[in-house]
Amino acid sequence: MQQTNKLRPFFENLNFERDDNHMVINFGPQHPSAHGQLRLILELDGEQIVKAVPDIGYLHRGMEKMAENMIYNEFLPTTDRMDYIAATSNNYAFALAVERLLGIEDKVPRRAKVIRMMLLELNRIISHLFWLATHALDVGAMSVFLYCFREREFAMDLMEDYCGARLTHSAVRIGGVPLDLPEGWLGQLAKFVNELPGNIKDYEDLLTENRIWRMRLEGVGVIDQEMAKSWGCTGIMLRGSGIEYDIRKEEPYELYDEVEFDVPVTDSCDSYGRYKLYMEEMRQSVRIIHQLINMYEETEPQLMAHVPQYISAPKEDIMTQNYALMQHFVLVTQGMRPPVGEVYVPTESPKGELGFYINSQGDPYPYRLKVRAPSFWHCGILQDLLPGTYIADVVTIIGNTNIVFGEIDR
Amino acid sequence: MMRPYQPKKNVQKKAYYTDRFWVAPRIPEEPVPENSPYAEDLKAVKKACKVLNAYIQRGQLVIYINPEENVAALKALKETRGYEMLSELSAVDFLAQRGGFEVFYQLLNLSEARRLRVKCFVKENQAVESVNPLFRSADWAEREMWDLMGVKVNNHPYLKRLIMPDDWEGHPLRKDYPLEGDEFAQWYEVDKIFGKEARDIIGPENRDPGRVDRYDTERFARLGHEVPRGAPAEMADKEEETPLSYQEEEGVFLIEKFSEENSKVLDKRK
Repeated sequence: MQQTNKLRPFFENLNFERDDNHMVINFGPQHPSAHGQLRLILELDGEQIVKAVPDIGYLHRGMEKMAENMIYNEFLPTTDRMDYIAATSNNYAFALAVERLLGIEDKVPRRAKVIRMMLLELNRIISHLFWLATHALDVGAMSVFLYCFREREFAMDLMEDYCGARLTHSAVRIGGVPLDLPEGWLGQLAKFVNELPGNIKDYEDLLTENRIWRMRLEGVGVIDQEMAKSWGCTGIMLRGSGIEYDIRKEEPYELYDEVEFDVPVTDSCDSYGRYKLYMEEMRQSVRIIHQLINMYEETEPQLMAHVPQYISAPKEDIMTQNYALMQHFVLVTQGMRPPVGEVYVPTESPKGELGFYINSQGDPYPYRLKVRAPSFWHCGILQDLLPGTYIADVVTIIGNTNIVFGEIDR
Repeated sequence: MMRPYQPKKNVQKKAYYTDRFWVAPRIPEEPVPENSPYAEDLKAVKKACKVLNAYIQRGQLVIYINPEENVAALKALKETRGYEMLSELSAVDFLAQRGGFEVFYQLLNLSEARRLRVKCFVKENQAVESVNPLFRSADWAEREMWDLMGVKVNNHPYLKRLIMPDDWEGHPLRKDYPLEGDEFAQWYEVDKIFGKEARDIIGPENRDPGRVDRYDTERFARLGHEVPRGAPAEMADKEEETPLSYQEEEGVFLIEKFSEENSKVLDKRK
């Protein structure tokens, strides 16, 4: 290994001066199209990529280590910082994993489930709009970026009205949700989802038959079925390769088995096919939200599961009943103690399968917590996907995989 | 009285109080029901290698095998039982209790929506065989496992640190690695940029540039609560708030001064 000198960058295992005509270039870690801190080492033969080595870790905060030193409720806001485009989906995946570990999954009140699903689908729309905006910007369509961000702002306003935060929501708790919907929120949500399909049509009018968009996306970033399975692709990356697998449908959680929605699939395997899936998924989210708005009215007002051993009682009980106050004090200062055992719980986040593996040894701190973040695998696939393509397509492919570095590096 | 020894092998945070009669409940480990798809899976694994233990926990099958036979077990599951996706692979540190790691492989059968976990116990310094030829997703997962846990993988195409820098020492997710980092980690930037001899000059209080000292009167760390440079420490408590103003008093050339009276606040989005 090269000797690391003071204040001199060193490029490990890299040979910039070569005998053949190949050139090695460094893409990132500070590159606007890398969607975060991705360093990509590309070996080029002319304009064609011969070898690609993604280098990650620039945003590593040691979340799994932090989780081992925090009680379960303490860790929940940290999960916001993984996929910060759609923070609620991380909060929810963690909360669901802990609920399954505790065995209280079916004790979560129905209203909390409806609110959670509304937030999850709203986050899916936010994430997909953000994906389309940045992806189109990477490919060169500036106006789509502005339109998408306009619509995303309305969705962010809704999130802000519910939980007070625009990016780091922490809007879900273990055992339910902290708050009921504010006055008039449902009407605003209905207004938003009524408007959105028209906006999606506008984006499609701009892009779907756009000559440049099609030339840049069609046949670029082809992931065949074998490759998608072998690389652990999930979400749209998997469905774009013709495999119909949506965790919301196949292993339903919350009330996803009660709502009607379709899972769009394409076997075109390329970036253009995946773009179409994203657009269709937004429409399906709108469809789910419409059904949830009707379901909300029929629910009881309870918001948190009633499991005094693990979850604090409602505020009213804490203020009036001695034993509830004692339990609340223990749960806040020491934390809940789940049973000994382990779970792996997958959920369908906007980017793919977001799973939490939790190993509990009966302490208030998880013994081991492993985050299965979809972007991690979708970033690893770059080393097989990029060779053979041209340097101009690199940005398209990175943008199309929809990776977020908060959850790759964790 | 002699002070108690602190455990070095596991420095994870402990509960400050545990009732001495407390016995943690366990999640039930149910036997695999006959004639279920999981029983078929288990049979396929039994044919390929020795199964040490198998049970169903929270609806997912868990199979314990010997670490030498991990490739055989995963191959049987992939080829005969349709477990075509390796969704997760990592290790759990049990060095303090049992002197090794539990490595787990989380598999998914896409056509039948079934998940199972294959686990094996690896002693410290014992290597596992790479499952990269079966699942390409193992490539990065095994690198991450090596990087953060220090479990070696044999025949991996490119076993190199993935997340930590290449010249890092130690494996941060081990239980004997403190949360705030060991000495190497704490001085990593200082050593690398200025050299080890600069440690004494810089000092532990200055090695982290992001650190904010509330009572520091030398550097004005708190916006809106600045105190004069070099002010005595007792003044730091009593500082009055100085509201920040980003507008220059005389105004900037060509730029109209913003005033709240002349501006209009929109109460709703256009």
